[in-house]
Amino acid sequence: MSKHFGDFKAVDRITFDVNEGEIFGFLGANGAGKTTAMRILCGLSFPTSGQAKVAGYDVYRQQEKIKKHIGYMSQKFSLYDNLTILENIEFYGGIYGISRGEIRQRGDALVKTLGLDKEAKKLVGSLPLGWKQKLAFSVAIFHRPRIVFLDEPTGGVDPITRRQFWDMIYQAANEGITVFVTTHYMDEAEYCNRVTVMVDGRVEALDTPARLKRQFQSDSMDGVFYQLARKAKRTSD
Amino acid sequence: MKQLLVFIRKEFYHVFRDRRTLLILFGLPIAQIVLFGFALSSEVKNIGITIFDQAHDINSQQITNRVKQSAYFIVQEPAASLEEIHTKFKEGSIKCALVFPPGFSEDLYRSGTAPVQIITDASDPNNAKITVNYLSAILGTYQQELNPNLVIPLQIVPEIRSLYNQEQNGSLNFIPGVIALIFMIVSTALTSVAVVREKEMGTMEVLLVSPLKPVMVLISKAVPYLVLSLLDFIIILLLSVYLLDVEIQGSLILLFAESILFIVTCLSLGLLVSNVTNSQQAAMLFCMMGMMLPTLLLTGFLFPLENMPWIFQAVSNIIPSKYYYEIIKAVMLKGLGFGYVWKETLILLVMTCLLLGLALKKFSIRLA
Repeated sequence: MSKHFGDFKAVDRITFDVNEGEIFGFLGANGAGKTTAMRILCGLSFPTSGQAKVAGYDVYRQQEKIKKHIGYMSQKFSLYDNLTILENIEFYGGIYGISRGEIRQRGDALVKTLGLDKEAKKLVGSLPLGWKQKLAFSVAIFHRPRIVFLDEPTGGVDPITRRQFWDMIYQAANEGITVFVTTHYMDEAEYCNRVTVMVDGRVEALDTPARLKRQFQSDSMDGVFYQLARKAKRTSD
Repeated sequence: MKQLLVFIRKEFYHVFRDRRTLLILFGLPIAQIVLFGFALSSEVKNIGITIFDQAHDINSQQITNRVKQSAYFIVQEPAASLEEIHTKFKEGSIKCALVFPPGFSEDLYRSGTAPVQIITDASDPNNAKITVNYLSAILGTYQQELNPNLVIPLQIVPEIRSLYNQEQNGSLNFIPGVIALIFMIVSTALTSVAVVREKEMGTMEVLLVSPLKPVMVLISKAVPYLVLSLLDFIIILLLSVYLLDVEIQGSLILLFAESILFIVTCLSLGLLVSNVTNSQQAAMLFCMMGMMLPTLLLTGFLFPLENMPWIFQAVSNIIPSKYYYEIIKAVMLKGLGFGYVWKETLILLVMTCLLLGLALKKFSIRLA
């Protein structure tokens, strides 16, 4: 698919498949077109041309159905600071149409597994950032979406929490949720099943981290990314 | 529908947990009513006055006593010279001075006329004029008493009746203005800030990605503030009736119906502002400068529109609060029915539809 803004080809004929239950890394320098592509896949805008299906639904005609089956979490923190943990869960569960009884039952279970049962009635604003991010991820998959989109989810988080965050991502993938994640941390790219690197609106590489490293004769994803991103003609925004 | 309720409940949590919002919501209307009702009265009272009496005779003493008895004046220490009067004016302890020349009584009885000088602080011309009127009235009454047997052969006696506000209660005029202002603050400013806050926090993205329809997001934001505005309306009406002794003349139902219409106008404005701004400060500033200032200055509630240059009068025609102010004044204070305000109502209705349409269109453009 492609997305043009006037003469500017933000997304230029990109093609890829993501398998069910896969952790799919979506890399690219700022301005490479990641966000534009992700907005289309999340049902927030239409492609200029081409085709795309998310969870089996068409991005042109079935945006509403797509929205029902995806979860989303952004680099900006996406919970409400002046609501308690349980109220946040209730709210997001509520707008996805989950019944109150079920929300309560699963919400209690969730705060227990996160070890937050004592804080459940505290305002989210009073929690440390790492906990907030983990909670935000749990809330993003609370309605059991088929796919979850994570837009630089670990920005500003310390390495230990990042590690724990990726444990949660693995667990979600094990439960069959497809994870579509953008990141600027190349060590995180290594955790993905497959990664794609976007440069100037095009997909320049798409494979498992191991094969990409072999292909570009580099011992880290950092090297792979650097070789590809250097070719970019666009300046980042 | 259930999703909408969940969302609206969340909005109320936000409002009731934010002390600043609560203060604006409930503190502001009460403060404004009390301020306008008691403190910012246009009545001039307690005027500081000094008397420079060079005559010290029976007539000057009697006039001085009259001034002392008047509730409008507070008589300060007498002055001993003109310089002292000037000093007192500069200090600000007096707004007015009364000067009797030497030989006041003598002049009066010998030549039939005697001058007194009134000096006022005309940096506030309205107050100066009113002060002169008060003093002239005191002098006039005194003069009549000096000539008990005088009969003026032809007399015209004006009999004054103040319609709609018999007691000339100063509170009346500003209440509709305060109501309009509060709606602007609650429905326009708070609503736009509430929407923009979600943009700033990044929660708006999450909402847009959810199955919630964008229109629902707007409705959920608007409904709580509609309810809160009505609550404020009731508070202001109660305060006006029980604290300021204002009688509501017209139909309450009509008042509420017109108010709901105007609240929707304000909400549409608020949503429109939230579409074009990206930070809470910008939204607040936009509402202050673009909405509240014109409401204060160009609705006729503080300054009469008739006296303004034509260009301001023309601009005032596109300000929705002007029409609301006129409607409320007519219904609440004059007890007029819908037949008298249908024109203003129609204008307000058309404005509301335009603004609401624009807000919704802008919102969906931003999405695409």
